[in-house]
Amino acid sequence: MLFTSYEFLAFIAIAFVIYYIVPKKYQWKVLLGFSYIFYALSGVKYIAYILATTISTYIVSRRIDAKYEEQSAYLAANKGKIDRTARKEYKASIKKVTWRWLVGCLVFNFGILAVIKYADFTITNFSSILHTFGANPEFGLFRFALPLGISFYTFQTMGYIIDVYRGKYKAEKNFGKVALFVSFFPQLIQGPISRFDDLAQTMFREHAYDAKQVSYGLQRIMWGYFKKVVVADRLLVAVKTLYSDASVYTGAYVLVGMILYAGQLYGDFTGGIDITIGIAEVFGIKVKENFLQPYFSKNIVEYWNRWHISLGSWFKEYLFYPISVCQPMLKLSKNSRKRFGDAVGKRIPVYIATIVVWFITGFWHGAAWNFIVWGLMNCLVILVSEELKPLYEKFHAKFPAVKPKWWYRFFCIMRTFLLMSCLRSFDCYRDVPLTFRMWGEMFTRFNPSIFVDGSLLQIGLTSSDYVVVAVAVLLFILVSNLQLIGKGNVRDQIATKPPVVRYMIYYGLFLAIIIFGAYGIGYDSSQFIYNQF
Amino acid sequence: MKKKVIRYSLVAVFVGVTLFLLQRLLMPKYVDDVVEGSLISEYYNETTDHDVLFVGDCEVYENFSPIKLWQDYGVTSYIRGSAQQLIWQSYYLLEDALRYEKPKVVVFNVLSMKYDEPQKEAYNRMSLDGMRWSKSKIDAINASMCEGESFISYVFPLLRYHSRWSELNANDVKYMFSSKQISHNGYYMRVDTKAAENVPTGKALSNYQFGDNSYKYLDKMVKLCKDNDIQLVLIKAPSLYPYWYQQWDEQMKSYAERNDVQYINFLDCTKEAGIDFNKDTYDGGLHMNLDGAEKLTNYFGKWLTDKYDLKDHRNEEEYKSVYEEKIKFYEDMKLDQYNELKEYGKVVSY
Repeated sequence: MLFTSYEFLAFIAIAFVIYYIVPKKYQWKVLLGFSYIFYALSGVKYIAYILATTISTYIVSRRIDAKYEEQSAYLAANKGKIDRTARKEYKASIKKVTWRWLVGCLVFNFGILAVIKYADFTITNFSSILHTFGANPEFGLFRFALPLGISFYTFQTMGYIIDVYRGKYKAEKNFGKVALFVSFFPQLIQGPISRFDDLAQTMFREHAYDAKQVSYGLQRIMWGYFKKVVVADRLLVAVKTLYSDASVYTGAYVLVGMILYAGQLYGDFTGGIDITIGIAEVFGIKVKENFLQPYFSKNIVEYWNRWHISLGSWFKEYLFYPISVCQPMLKLSKNSRKRFGDAVGKRIPVYIATIVVWFITGFWHGAAWNFIVWGLMNCLVILVSEELKPLYEKFHAKFPAVKPKWWYRFFCIMRTFLLMSCLRSFDCYRDVPLTFRMWGEMFTRFNPSIFVDGSLLQIGLTSSDYVVVAVAVLLFILVSNLQLIGKGNVRDQIATKPPVVRYMIYYGLFLAIIIFGAYGIGYDSSQFIYNQF
Repeated sequence: MKKKVIRYSLVAVFVGVTLFLLQRLLMPKYVDDVVEGSLISEYYNETTDHDVLFVGDCEVYENFSPIKLWQDYGVTSYIRGSAQQLIWQSYYLLEDALRYEKPKVVVFNVLSMKYDEPQKEAYNRMSLDGMRWSKSKIDAINASMCEGESFISYVFPLLRYHSRWSELNANDVKYMFSSKQISHNGYYMRVDTKAAENVPTGKALSNYQFGDNSYKYLDKMVKLCKDNDIQLVLIKAPSLYPYWYQQWDEQMKSYAERNDVQYINFLDCTKEAGIDFNKDTYDGGLHMNLDGAEKLTNYFGKWLTDKYDLKDHRNEEEYKSVYEEKIKFYEDMKLDQYNELKEYGKVVSY
């Protein structure tokens, strides 16, 4: 079911009414029921996958917890009776068991994801390698259809099991609650990847109807729809056209394509997350923010701290840090320092962990080389920036007046925006050599006339469409600025206005979606881009 | 509390009114382009009932003139026709019409038998938007929706036509709450001529059998007419294109025999009707121009009055004044179109 379908709106409305009608202690059960209905609507057979992940996560988390309880009981019972070494040995034996459970659970769940999402990619590449060596074996492909949200809920549950293993919090005893945490329907389409301790605070609590909270949720949903249907889906046609034929849409078209795709992706992904957060808010559930004005970032590291925050922080917490501090890496760090000196030696393990994380980030986005190269290119830019840091610092030390200037900040923002737009073209061309070639053609096939000769009106956008997009972008900038300059929540600011002004703003936004939205017949209704991940 | 109720009521009224106004503004008016879109709704302006009701696609609303039928035989008739009207739409339009009147004869053009499933959203809209809300309309929508269409956009057409904001013109404001009469009892008039030359013959088909869905609705139509004591006449209008295959014709003949209904293929009687495809068509043989339509109507009128007990209403006061006005509108439009033809060499406003 598409977020942008009328059926989905009806689904939300029904869920909302039932949620606030039933006795409060059943509210989370209502959400669980609706989440599974939502899931079943994407294909009943896929329920098996999400159930397998939920059941395995529940059992293993409970086992790990039971072991920790056993450990606590044993240590309490034997306080003063056993020495430090025995305690240590006992703890190690428990850790060994829980570690096995954890690894088993990770292998099982990442295994499901790997087989479904990556089996064909592996087979295809393996065949190509064999072909290079003269062998021509015939391997059939599985062509599995991706169960809805599999990448998101797998990462979310694995974060949960790792947290339980680390003793960050205790495992949830109620299977239904774990099932809701895994399947909460607004998050299934495109995340964010929530943490159990964040969501549980509000998800299982009893919620009285709160008009302000519901109103805020609805405003957030409308804002999300505005981004999605007015901007993202409007730009979709042009983006599709520009990336449909690289021989025609070359030179300056490449730049236009990158910029329009940046707009489409922003509207699509941040809009989708706004809808998710808004729906959760309507139910009284707090889902963490996934974006913090990412296009205002002044460098790529900052960008990745503000874009798809939940994925970045997942990788940081569950991959980057464990890799950085694992025994072989510590050993490597020690050896590197000895061999190359402190400055270089300490960077080697960090860089290795960074490369691994970005490789997997690329792979998470899709089972294709373009995504892997995209991830590694991001990594390259980050590492080069890191290496050039002393140079920047030297420059700013020599010209201290430059850094605080507005035009320098603007330059940094534009540089980051263009750089990220450029890297994203791997996602659009879906062909690594072609993407590199098109980057080159942006400069070698010089055709700036397209900006004045009406060519840009032949790519699926009319002049009215450009006006709508331009006004919407100005609105995005205005709202982002309001958030950035520290005036707090924009909805709080609107709430302070007189009722007439307030209602006119809400209604204006509603009408803008209804009238200027690119939906219905004549528009290519689009799934959310991150739905495919 | 009372204040709150008043405030919310005012907001609800404001929202309702503005959305309604926007919807009226953005819906196509069908007055200066694709005028066929207004045919279905014009039926509800009728003040008198009809003895003969036509249902079907452009082959009825461009080939028969109810005004001529009145002038020559005093028979009252109306054409509930629309572009590419599919058979289930014809059925539900007939069902809808039976809520208002009970004609003696229903004439259905069988070309749409060739379509077994929904075709184009734009044609659906022209057939369904103009219908008044009833169970028939709901069923018609459900039977007609193509992929990507949604029922709710028929309930709130604003959701369908919202993107027209960038193409609004003065007529969208002028006809927000009114409409311009386009047809003559459902007949779309054209006086210009384009001879039928090089009409393509039909390519061989892999399967000539009409689909089950088409037959299902034809059966329903037959039953509906029988239940209401209405004579059903199946016709194939004398349009040279789209091609009417012999195999299709045989299926219709045999169906008519089996179900005891009349079937006339006018392609076999063009000579008797006096149709000259060099002069009597305005688009190369697809549809009749006014001369052709009047000849065909005269021919068919004779058949209808010979076959059925259709009363001549010409001397009945109830109809007389109404049809005098209709004839005036008919003659005025005819004159206007001839004037345009003279001045511009083509019909430009219709």
